[in-house]
Amino acid sequence: MPPGVSLSDFYYILPELVLTGGALLVLIADVLLPKERRAALAWVTLLALGATAAALVPFANTHVEVAHGLLAVDRFSLFFKILFLLAAAITVLMSIRYLETEGAASPGEYYFLILCATLGMMIMAGGIDLITIMIGLETMAVSFYILAGYIKPNQRSNEAAVKYFLLGAFSLGILLYGMSLMYGLSGTTNLRVMASAFVGQEKDPRLMLAVILVVAGVGFKIAAVPFHMWAPDVYEGAPTPVTAFLSVGSKAASFAMLIRIFVEGMPSMSADWRLLFYVLSILTMTAGNIAAVTQSNVKRMLAYSSIAHAGYLLMGIVAGTARGITATLIYLMIYSFMQLGAFAVITLLRRKDVVGDELKDFSGLAFRNPFAAFAMLLFMLSLGGIPPTAGFMGKFWLFSAAIDAHYYGLAVIGVLNSAISLYYYVRIVVFMYLKKETSGSDPVITPALALVLGVTVMATLVLGVYPQLLFRVADVSARTLGVAGITAAIR
Amino acid sequence: MNHYLSIILFTPLAGALLLLLVPKQNENAIRWIANITALAGFGISVPLWFWYNPQGSDFQFIERAPWIPSVGAEYFLGIDGLSTLLILLTTMMGFIAILSSWNAITERVKEYYIFLLVLQTGMLGAFMSLDFLLFFLFWEVMLVPMYFLIGIWGSANRLYSAIKFFLYTLVGSVLMLLGILALYFYAHSVTGVYTFDVTQFHKLQIPFNLQWWIFLAFFFGFAVKVPMFPFHTWLPDAHTDAPTAGSVILAAVMLKMGTYGFLRFSLPIVPEATRYFVPMIVVLSIIGIVYGALVALAQKDWKRLVAYSSVSHMAMVMLGMFALNPVGITGSIIQQLNHGISTGGLFLLVGVVYERRHTREISEYGGLSKVMPVYAAIFLVMTMSSIGLPTLNGFIGELLILQGVFVANKTWAAFAGSGVVLGAAYMLYLYQRTMFGKIENPKNEHLSDLSHREFATFAPLLILAVWMGIYPAPFLRRLETSVQHIMMRVNPQYAAKYAECNTAPPTAEMVAASTNPAARFLSTMPCDVNGNPLPAAGSGQTPERR
Repeated sequence: MPPGVSLSDFYYILPELVLTGGALLVLIADVLLPKERRAALAWVTLLALGATAAALVPFANTHVEVAHGLLAVDRFSLFFKILFLLAAAITVLMSIRYLETEGAASPGEYYFLILCATLGMMIMAGGIDLITIMIGLETMAVSFYILAGYIKPNQRSNEAAVKYFLLGAFSLGILLYGMSLMYGLSGTTNLRVMASAFVGQEKDPRLMLAVILVVAGVGFKIAAVPFHMWAPDVYEGAPTPVTAFLSVGSKAASFAMLIRIFVEGMPSMSADWRLLFYVLSILTMTAGNIAAVTQSNVKRMLAYSSIAHAGYLLMGIVAGTARGITATLIYLMIYSFMQLGAFAVITLLRRKDVVGDELKDFSGLAFRNPFAAFAMLLFMLSLGGIPPTAGFMGKFWLFSAAIDAHYYGLAVIGVLNSAISLYYYVRIVVFMYLKKETSGSDPVITPALALVLGVTVMATLVLGVYPQLLFRVADVSARTLGVAGITAAIR
Repeated sequence: MNHYLSIILFTPLAGALLLLLVPKQNENAIRWIANITALAGFGISVPLWFWYNPQGSDFQFIERAPWIPSVGAEYFLGIDGLSTLLILLTTMMGFIAILSSWNAITERVKEYYIFLLVLQTGMLGAFMSLDFLLFFLFWEVMLVPMYFLIGIWGSANRLYSAIKFFLYTLVGSVLMLLGILALYFYAHSVTGVYTFDVTQFHKLQIPFNLQWWIFLAFFFGFAVKVPMFPFHTWLPDAHTDAPTAGSVILAAVMLKMGTYGFLRFSLPIVPEATRYFVPMIVVLSIIGIVYGALVALAQKDWKRLVAYSSVSHMAMVMLGMFALNPVGITGSIIQQLNHGISTGGLFLLVGVVYERRHTREISEYGGLSKVMPVYAAIFLVMTMSSIGLPTLNGFIGELLILQGVFVANKTWAAFAGSGVVLGAAYMLYLYQRTMFGKIENPKNEHLSDLSHREFATFAPLLILAVWMGIYPAPFLRRLETSVQHIMMRVNPQYAAKYAECNTAPPTAEMVAASTNPAARFLSTMPCDVNGNPLPAAGSGQTPERR
């Protein structure tokens, strides 16, 4: 045991340990269960996620650094861990029928990888040390590389996996290079120690290079333009539930990492990274939305929309204030529900005879399955930021953070972008409600999918009309971030 | 009656939720439920007319509850005279729109009525909200149902028109949101409290530079909705392609959102910027008046003609408002109601013949007064109301606007007058082409006149048109405190000078005026913008008003 690490540290990573145990349990159960009963694995996975969530409860008010500053157990990480567990659970529920339809051979591995990815995300959110963050990031990324190519006979899926892997490895190199510079210049890998080491070195060109490289590396992970090339292909090719999880979980984890690295690790450099993110934010939302307008494949459209959303989310980071971070947290949570919900509808449309991710597959959905169509309508309006859906409340926070920090231009570009985005969101609505010609068999809602849609629809509506609870929690979470005085330094 | 406004607000929504439970095959049950809900919604709002106290405080029937304490947003409802009248207009037009749809809508009946009822709640909420965020929420809620009403039940070009309507309004309103946020943070920097309370915003003294930006942000939101030239291009398309009820709601109520927004938010919150932007608004309004009228004159499509007449009329409303004197603003509000009544009625009238003939081409008609005498008579009343013939409502509104504008600037008044003349031209030309002459088209020979249901949709409009034309005093009385409140903010010098120049001893005329509310009201115009008494206006202000 290295110095500084004690047995009590293991108590603080109880949720991660439970999750690891659960993941292993799924693998073992996969071997032990007879082939025809392997569908039960989904429920084992959900059980593991539920147990992990239960293990989070004792840490609701904890605020400690664990294992000599490798991990932080605080409200900020708690917020993200809840988000990841929710997203993972919803993904698992979505996967059940999808895997059956695709005829995937071994659901055990699939669920195992989902849990591993979740574990990686949880470590990323808690990591306040470059090493921990890297381990979490890789645990998540490697799981996703495999998951993206999970449908082996499907060429698009294979292509997605290879692309994702190559570009992921490339971006990792850049990120690592940046991190090594940070380490070299500060002599530590702990972000909070680093923060004080960097004070007074703002003009050091090597540090600026480090900032640029880390921004680029993180930019890949959150799919910010111009580092977004992989996203549309991977999103389109990967199995739909994986795409959903990737676009929500991976993005949220990367934002957690981004906030940890920049807000906790380099507050003194905030002028530089805020400028970089300012440019990235504008590029990302504009390019993402404009590209989305021309898509006819809904998964691809949502991929570009997800890119655009990274741009909106960056507005909170650019603002750099406590309000900005709060806004980012709020929007990530809201975004998770609406994005997962939208992918759940696409999963629902996947039938034996229909792939279900083309725009024309949505045609006439309001007549064939009014509930699914209504749910999709809500998600689209929410993604576009129309009240009374949750998306509006989220955008409200992001724009208010930008205005509060006097980024008026950014806010104007942001709102104009959300108007552009409605053009393509409404296109899906047009197909669902205004076109009548349909093809294939009627889409049927399974209980698991009904649960997913029910939860996401309720969340989208309730958070849109009465978001107070989320606002409070996010506010508290953002304020527990980092050492005292950091937010003040940013201001 | 602490929750009176909430009850009015959520009655239509409750009806919509009830409709969700009815199986969609039961079309008649759905129609009955929708009509009864709308009638009930109108019925329970009528007491507002009596319970609203014109001498009372600025905002009445206040309801306040925390909504999102984190950001300081409240569920804050309250109404003044302006919103009282607009709410009554909304509930009435909502009922008329739903009643007029009985035979017109045969497809997807359930969804149709649900959208109409949800729309109704959105509009009422916007008129009632005194919390800016809540207002914005209701404002945006209106978009989606209207989009569907045009997109699903509209005519040929409906998809294009629906999305155009949607995006235009949306771009305007998101810019408005930024203005709201700027205001919100400014208010916080001054008072230290995060709030969206509009009555607090009315007390702020904002630096001109910020006012300028906020005015522009609001302007985009409201001007698109009015719609002012050059943001009007969505309107003819949306109106033409919308189903009759959609056009009626759009013209009668939704356009008023824009003018209401100016009156409630722009003028009182950013008064200096408002005065600064008067020339721009006036020029745009004058262009709107003349351009709208000229284009209407050239239309071959009946509905499009009425739509362009809306552009012209609403520009007139804006011009009266930006005269920034009590008479102009009052006239502008009265004219908003008139426009709701007459243009709403005209769209209903187009809907009646469209239902029978399925064409809107004016050349397809002619001589209808022979086969549809009742229809022709109602059309005549609505036409005259739209033109502004004395004894009908339009006259009162136009007179007040012209009077207000004349005091502000005689050149503007000349242009406004030209709008009235052109208005008479295109409306009478339309009437002549469709109603008079011989029946040229054999398809028109056996058209049936109005049914009882159809007549019922027009009855309230006819009553109001005559009532407001002959005895507008009750309406004017309800607007006094609202207009005064706006004037105190937007043109305090005017209010001060105006008080000064009325120090002459009361004359016999004034005594007479003090007993007659209408005369009293009209007499409140003795000064020009510089505060000098006008030679023509003989009477002064009554003592009790000072």
